[in-house]
Amino acid sequence: MWIFNPNTVSDTANAVVETSKKQDTGWIMHHVLDARELDLSPFGVIHLPQIHLFGMDISLTKHVIFMWLAFLILVVTFIYMAKSYRKSLVPHGVTNLSEILIVFVRDEIAKPTIGKGFETFLPYLLTVFFFILTCNFLGLIPYGSTATSNISVTATLAVISFFVIQIGGMMKNGAFGYFKGLIPHGIPTWLLPIMLVVELLGLFTKPFALAIRLFANMTAGHIVILALLGLIIILHTYVIVPISIPFALFIYLLEIFFSLLQAYIFTMLSSLFIGMAVHQEH
Amino acid sequence: MISFLLMFVFSGGEEGGGSPLDVNPGLIIWTVVTFIILLLILKRFAWKPILNSLSERENFIKESLEKADKTQKDTEKLIADNKANISKAEEEAQKVIEQSRELAEKLKSQILEESRLQAKKMITDAAAEIERKNAEAFNRLKNQVADIAVDAAEKILRENLDKDKQVKLVNKYLDDLKN
Repeated sequence: MWIFNPNTVSDTANAVVETSKKQDTGWIMHHVLDARELDLSPFGVIHLPQIHLFGMDISLTKHVIFMWLAFLILVVTFIYMAKSYRKSLVPHGVTNLSEILIVFVRDEIAKPTIGKGFETFLPYLLTVFFFILTCNFLGLIPYGSTATSNISVTATLAVISFFVIQIGGMMKNGAFGYFKGLIPHGIPTWLLPIMLVVELLGLFTKPFALAIRLFANMTAGHIVILALLGLIIILHTYVIVPISIPFALFIYLLEIFFSLLQAYIFTMLSSLFIGMAVHQEH
Repeated sequence: MISFLLMFVFSGGEEGGGSPLDVNPGLIIWTVVTFIILLLILKRFAWKPILNSLSERENFIKESLEKADKTQKDTEKLIADNKANISKAEEEAQKVIEQSRELAEKLKSQILEESRLQAKKMITDAAAEIERKNAEAFNRLKNQVADIAVDAAEKILRENLDKDKQVKLVNKYLDDLKN
């Protein structure tokens, strides 16, 4: 049983690194990273138009296209759903499925974490949940690409969350009251400067953690799958196939779970931070 | 092994041009635009009607349950009322039957009594009538006897003298009487 021998494993890893230096392994990163074209091989490659505006490169990329695809899917699904409610209050088909998720976000995420006045933030939380969920799932279909495995996308979403949290807190407590409420009660005066810095840093670490968590989770799964499949090509042997394929499949299934989980966690934490900003007394 | 893999990933990334941590300003702008438009569209056309419908349906279900509960309670009360009414009616009916039976009993005895009295009276009347008729017949007989006696006397007076004749006559007369 050579595969359980740690030396052999490190040898294998060495071999991987050695061969990777010799061969072109950019294809893993090529798959995970953003690109300026949609790679539909063997059917061909679609080159996306390049747009420059005010000296900035805002060219369409693979991840933009898949965000738009998610956008389209969500708009069509939910407008269809809203229309189906107009006909009858009894849900059918897609409506039934989406309703479960909507009620879940409302009753399990927004209501317990924000409490009173959660309705104001519900549209944002629902949108962010379904947008991330759809983007995650789009990465799991063939030729798909995960927009949420791009740090630019997750960071932007986290920054939007950050603004929602701060504005929500300021709307409830007033701008001054909100910043005053950040500092805990009953601390010595000489600690104030330090606490101010710590609390302000705390404000920024929250969205930073959100961005990194989503990005890392969505990227890692793909890299692991590709690395497992890549072993077959890199090692030039079929012996590895019975190991790589089941493992890749297992990771793939795990990714389905993580797609749901990460959408949930992002929404849950955003909601939690909103709740903390709105009800500072807790 | 993990560090090797990490090395492999990042070295591979650098060779492929760009690492996963590269930030692309164009993508940020597109994310903001896409997300904000998505948020506005869904908020306006989807979340509002869907959430309204959901709460509407939840209220409807809650109301229906409450209504059903109330109806059930009402029905139970109604059934209890009905039962009470029925038992009361039965009691009343029993009472009415009892009363009417008593009345009938009373009526029967009364009628019996009355008829007995009447019968008695009739018997007495009849007895009186018979008495009267008897007396009448007796009177009439008395008169007749007197008349016959007078007749006989008359006849005797007319057929006087002859003793034989007289005897004969008397006998004949007596025979006549017999007949």
